[in-house]
Amino acid sequence: MTTKDLIQLSGLKGKFQKRQWALILALVFFFALTFLIPRYGLLNEYIQLIIIYIGINIIMAVSLNMVNGYMGDFSLGHAGFMLIGAYISSILTVWVFPRNWNPIFTSIILFPIAVTAGGLAAALASLIIAFPSFKTRGDYLALVTLAFNMICVSVVQNIEAIGAGRGFMGMKKLTTMPWVFIWALIAIWVVRNFVYSNLGRGTVSIREDETAAELVGVNTRQVKVLTFVISSFFAGVGGALFAHILQFITPSTFQLQKNVDFLVMIYLGGMGSIGGSILGAVTYTVILELLREALTILGTFPIFASIPSLEVWRWVLAPLLLILLMIYRNKGIMGLREFGFLVPFRDQFGSRFWLKRRELTNANSSN
Amino acid sequence: MPILQIKGLTHFFGGLRAVFDFDLDLEPGELIGIIGPNGAGKTTIFNLITGVYRPTRGEIIFDGVNLVGKESNWIIAHGVARTFQNIRLFKELSVLDNVRTACYSQIKYSVADALLHSARFQREEERILNEAMELLSLFNLDRLADEKSKNLPYGLQRRLEIVRALANHPKLLLLDEPAAGMNPSEISDLMELIQWVKEKFNLTIILIEHQMRLVMGICQRIKVLDFGETIAEGSPIEIQQNPRVIEAYLGEEEQGE
Repeated sequence: MTTKDLIQLSGLKGKFQKRQWALILALVFFFALTFLIPRYGLLNEYIQLIIIYIGINIIMAVSLNMVNGYMGDFSLGHAGFMLIGAYISSILTVWVFPRNWNPIFTSIILFPIAVTAGGLAAALASLIIAFPSFKTRGDYLALVTLAFNMICVSVVQNIEAIGAGRGFMGMKKLTTMPWVFIWALIAIWVVRNFVYSNLGRGTVSIREDETAAELVGVNTRQVKVLTFVISSFFAGVGGALFAHILQFITPSTFQLQKNVDFLVMIYLGGMGSIGGSILGAVTYTVILELLREALTILGTFPIFASIPSLEVWRWVLAPLLLILLMIYRNKGIMGLREFGFLVPFRDQFGSRFWLKRRELTNANSSN
Repeated sequence: MPILQIKGLTHFFGGLRAVFDFDLDLEPGELIGIIGPNGAGKTTIFNLITGVYRPTRGEIIFDGVNLVGKESNWIIAHGVARTFQNIRLFKELSVLDNVRTACYSQIKYSVADALLHSARFQREEERILNEAMELLSLFNLDRLADEKSKNLPYGLQRRLEIVRALANHPKLLLLDEPAAGMNPSEISDLMELIQWVKEKFNLTIILIEHQMRLVMGICQRIKVLDFGETIAEGSPIEIQQNPRVIEAYLGEEEQGE
């Protein structure tokens, strides 16, 4: 009987390990694809571009979900951090770093440095948001973060040296599919590690009941600062990647609309779920592109010749989606659930494993 | 040497005097009760000890350290634990995660360890998991470890709150009306549980309660509060016979029931 149990016990771990290998294989396969697709033109340029946007949006959604989903705060400042990452990294690659280096060196040495610097700058700026979050929550924090976002935009709009409202350009197209894949993977992995650690449990406990969290010993200030800093770091990274695919950034790109996009992604996918953020980012990006296609086709008919552009329609679509989501599925596609492959073994089967092991030791000692 | 020494503790909410000149000397291993009508300032005393409010006046010396002005999480990490009058579990979290969350200050890995899930992280998390499961199994909650805490029946939620409080290896446990909403047989179980927990974990306990049977049954010493002031103090028998207490509290309740 005990041997059968042991097999069952190890079967649990074996199944998990098998799945992890499958995951690693899948990742290697997709990583290879990110090289092969652009090299051999397996997909057309437009689809490649959308895939890159999806990758960037995954980074943005996963990181925003740390604050809005896991911690239960309401940040409307994510686009502001994206702006900081975009500008800092662009200034580095255009003005500071040598322009005439070997393109391969530029891509594999200078570019990651610029992206990391963009992330770090955004992380540093996030301290400005972290401090009011000690005192205010919910609606008030939403206002504070929205104000922060507006300040970021208008500060850049008034700095002549970096192009003010006209925007900043001159970046090379350094954001490639492999880079986006790597950064998205890092973002998902780090956020997942964060979520399944004492810091993540602290974050969720703040969402559930902040006073109780403090009164069971969670250092809520420390947790809040770290959540904001890490979340903003990846927003900065997303901004840096965004700047180097678009090769032209203006401050107005990073206004409220951008925040609404990210909010729709995480509400659509599921608050407090990494898998949900990924699904939401993919779904929403694809929906917008399909809408763009539909509008282009409609525009060819004479009756619809004066149809407004996508930029107008997304202002209709995004809030509408938000309202419908709130009414019909307020936990999003994933709810608070998570894909099994994103959850560490201990958090998934830890208690069952422990119970089984105790059962076995008890059986052994009684024999 | 007393484990907790409270001297002249006074707290005002605006013009309202919630606690006035409260003194307490608590020896290690004692179990004392604080009773009094609603609004007498009992829970405020817990909130002052655990740093939720900063007292207007007075000292709270715990284990030789003055707790006044310290952050709540610091106080909890240094050996004070409490439960709440209205259950305050993390509802969407599993039973196990409720306990693991309370291990926050016990965990000895850095932020980098957490973000990278390093070897030290794995070791510590394994330790925390085992410790939490063992604690849960002592309270017969181990089989419910994966259940969301909001799905537990009321009595078990109360019990889980006590488990969560114990996760931090406290020396002093503050129980805020643990019997609220319980029926007589559940209260009998709770009385046994509290005494067992006290011995098992070597605790000093302060108990706030309305249920006279519970307080009189297990407390060695009782303090009676009324409008923030201590009106009586003594053994359960002394309290039952004290005319001021009967007037302020016990008498009223007898008429009410």
